[in-house]
Amino acid sequence: MNIVRSILVRRETGIAVMIVLLCLAVGLYKPQFLTLNQLRVILLLVPLIMIVAMGQMLVLVARHVDLSVGSMLGLSAMLAGMMFRDMPYIPWPVGFIVAIGAGALLGLINGALVTVFKLPAIIVTLGTLNLYRGLTFIVSDARQVDRQFVPSALKSMSQTSPILGIPWIIFMALGIVLLAWWFTRHTIVGRQIYALGSNPSAAELRGVKVNQITLLVFTISGALSGLAGIMYASRWGFVNPSNTGAGFEFQVIAAVVIGGVSINGGVGTVPGVMLGVLLLGCVAAALPLLGIPGTAQGAIYGAIILVALLIDRSVRQQGIASLKVARA
Amino acid sequence: MSTTEASATPSTAVQDAAPARPFWHVALVRPETMTLVLLIAAIVVASYLSPYFLDLGYILRSFTLSAEFALVALVLTMVIIAGEIDLSPASNMALSACLFAWAQASGIPMPIAIAIGLLAGLAMGALNAFMVIALQLPSIIVTIGTLTLYRGLAQIIAGDKSIRVPDWFIGIDKVMVLGIPVPVVIFIVAALVLGLILAGTIFGRQIYQIGTNEVAARYSGIRTRRIKLILFLLIGLVSAVAGMMTASRLGSVRYDLGLGGELQMVLMAMLGGTAIFGGRGTILGTFLAAWLLVVVSTGMTVANLLPAIQLTVLGVLLIVAIIATNFIYSRTQR
Amino acid sequence: MLKKSLIALATGLALSTAAFAQDKIDIVFIGKNTGNPYFDSLTKGFVEACEKIACNFEFVAPATAEATSQIPFIEAQIQRGVDVIAISPNSPDALNQVFDAARAKGIIVMTVNGDITGNESHRDLTILPTDFTKVGADQVEMVGSLIGYEGEIAILSATTEAPDQNFWIKGMNEAIKDPKYAKMKLVATVYGDDQPEKSTTEMEALLSNYPDLKGVIAPTTVGVAAAAQVVQSRGIADKVKVTGLGLPSEMRDFVKDGTVEAFQLWSPYNEGWLAAHLAVDLKAGKAKNEVGSTFEVPNLGTITINEGNSINTQSALTTFNAENIDQFDF
Repeated sequence: MNIVRSILVRRETGIAVMIVLLCLAVGLYKPQFLTLNQLRVILLLVPLIMIVAMGQMLVLVARHVDLSVGSMLGLSAMLAGMMFRDMPYIPWPVGFIVAIGAGALLGLINGALVTVFKLPAIIVTLGTLNLYRGLTFIVSDARQVDRQFVPSALKSMSQTSPILGIPWIIFMALGIVLLAWWFTRHTIVGRQIYALGSNPSAAELRGVKVNQITLLVFTISGALSGLAGIMYASRWGFVNPSNTGAGFEFQVIAAVVIGGVSINGGVGTVPGVMLGVLLLGCVAAALPLLGIPGTAQGAIYGAIILVALLIDRSVRQQGIASLKVARA
Repeated sequence: MSTTEASATPSTAVQDAAPARPFWHVALVRPETMTLVLLIAAIVVASYLSPYFLDLGYILRSFTLSAEFALVALVLTMVIIAGEIDLSPASNMALSACLFAWAQASGIPMPIAIAIGLLAGLAMGALNAFMVIALQLPSIIVTIGTLTLYRGLAQIIAGDKSIRVPDWFIGIDKVMVLGIPVPVVIFIVAALVLGLILAGTIFGRQIYQIGTNEVAARYSGIRTRRIKLILFLLIGLVSAVAGMMTASRLGSVRYDLGLGGELQMVLMAMLGGTAIFGGRGTILGTFLAAWLLVVVSTGMTVANLLPAIQLTVLGVLLIVAIIATNFIYSRTQR
Repeated sequence: MLKKSLIALATGLALSTAAFAQDKIDIVFIGKNTGNPYFDSLTKGFVEACEKIACNFEFVAPATAEATSQIPFIEAQIQRGVDVIAISPNSPDALNQVFDAARAKGIIVMTVNGDITGNESHRDLTILPTDFTKVGADQVEMVGSLIGYEGEIAILSATTEAPDQNFWIKGMNEAIKDPKYAKMKLVATVYGDDQPEKSTTEMEALLSNYPDLKGVIAPTTVGVAAAAQVVQSRGIADKVKVTGLGLPSEMRDFVKDGTVEAFQLWSPYNEGWLAAHLAVDLKAGKAKNEVGSTFEVPNLGTITINEGNSINTQSALTTFNAENIDQFDF
């Protein structure tokens, strides 16, 4: 009984139910929404958001926020793309190292500004959001890396499949999800992030190295943005200084908040975030199928964020109430 | 922070025995001084970058392009001092301007259309206030949500096309008072009024107290919820006014009016030395920072610099400003 | 020194020295946004023209293609006192006031590659890439020839209110009434907002909603590349034919692997080349901005100023396919 109850009140269950209801409602109206082909469309929409969302989740759990993910994605994708274009003799998998390395470095800079100067992450990353985007223009001389320069082996990762017709990039996203799940559940450092986010001063007293953890979460967020950057080149086949990754931060934060990560730190699970990303993916795929014009998309996203906040609040209050009952 | 300062001083002197800061120190070591120095430096660099820059008429004309954001940034400064933030004003500008333009285009008399726009602005402020104050949700996420929502609604109302406003309504930025464009005049007057309210009234002092310690403020009898409500309503209303000023300047309204303006507004407040955690900041700082931003972007544009360099410079400025602000506050905090 | 290198960076080209500035006219081209590959080629036309004739040229553009983002750039050019502003406008009406201010200072304002439809009185003239009245019909013929003049077709456009797009779509709807296309049916027009992600989901939705779809026209460079990519990744190039208006540099791979058999466009390079020559001739009094007057442009021949002070750079679209695509370097 208790197990059933605890599953039912879990945040993840709520999101899963929302996804199922949404899919059924859309499917009732447009049966082709419930086909395998459509599942493939949805799955191909989400890998980039999924990967970046895992990093963002860690940052939020540690009571910070990273608004610069879209610009880090753009800059690392651009560096890898320029390597493909200007140094075609270098084997293409090196692009992964370049992009992930660049992303990690950019994330480390964010983390350093936050820890060394004791600055609020929201302002630091608002600054680097502009700074990194500006650097993307400067290093690329405001020129796009065209499709013909992106190695076809990289592009085919979004199209060819090792098994069941599911492209490689979906497996990569899944791998990152599993890694994040293992990291948050089964490593000491992972648990310390939660301790830090729940109560920074108590965590410090307990011997959690606050600065190192903060640097770590920002670096992970940057590295994952870099990985998403090279996957952008794979998925879309080009890297553009102004489009690539622009506005990505809103989608990612929306997905993470919907997934039940509390912006007050300390709370959030990998399965929740995964479902949050999937929910956004379902909405994005359903809108054009239903013939809803793109003009309505912004309003719908905004409404979803606010609803998720309200759910988050009522869940929290129930949690507090049940604690009181348990104590009594 | 103050305790580490005290422990650095020699002997076992207790904290309240620290010598009073000399007057020049109080007057000069403050974030606004930094903003002023940056402003002067920016003017010098811009004049060096382009011979066409140093022309008061041109600078004033360029200021009208940002005057709407600067106006909202003044109120935003008060919201941030009270320990909250509002990222939705730029979207609010778009939605209230779209409602206004849509109303007058569908034949509703102009005064009523203007009232609709202003009421819409108030309503949007009220929704933010409700979520933040009554439901106690964090304002940063609430307003990221309403930022998307308000602009999305504007897009539903106006679609992708622009709505024209009547000819007589166009051109507020071309009307001059004593040689100064009206939007600039409005900004200066608003800065004076809000500056006096914030610095010289009990209401103003209470805003600082809420931002410094909300719980303590509530226990000392300050109606924190009411004051925050007033601030959110005010920023909603002022955003609507700014939206209509933009409509008059452009001659038409589209859903993407003021897109990305929230960044400029926050930048103005931060560059002016407003502390992001609340409790500190002045209208004077934001006033100077607005001019600083205009000088920086105008100077770079007239020198035909790549806009990317502007992004980079703005990003660096924001980080430098906040490091400096933190540093100055930590040195002067007693 | 820093200033010099920054300006060189900004324009992406070597500046001719300022010493000759007195007898050369100053032309500036304001693009929709930076990082847009389309304008690289257009700018090259300006640059190479100004290497041969008496003009100084600079390219500037805002970071985003949002309606009002070009205004500070126009204000700055007025302040700099340039002679000619060429611009690809981001908005059909938000620029009216600032255009008027520029023209009041004696600056020639020419819109290039797109016009401010409905507000033509606020600019001096417009240079269009081709005869826009024929684009719709040409595109329908193109897709017709690819699908054997039989089956369902759809249009993947940019934004719902883009004037040029809507003008062409209207042309397509007219053209398809021709008895020649009696067996073709236009089933849907969708909008991808010129974003790759959005265009892709719209294209996927088209394929789901219309399983019998035979052809897609995407008269926008972003849309046609996104549509081609969807077809490529689903491996249905033999069933669904994608065509439209695209950049050879972005479409080359799709043409070479057979995903796209043919698509169309014009030469952005020639637009810039023509605009620079016309600007110099107008300032020198060699050409008149009057409907019906003509002037000579090297390589392009005699150009006529048409109704509404509008000029067509070329009379018909160029078609790109596997045979000729390698001859184009933009």
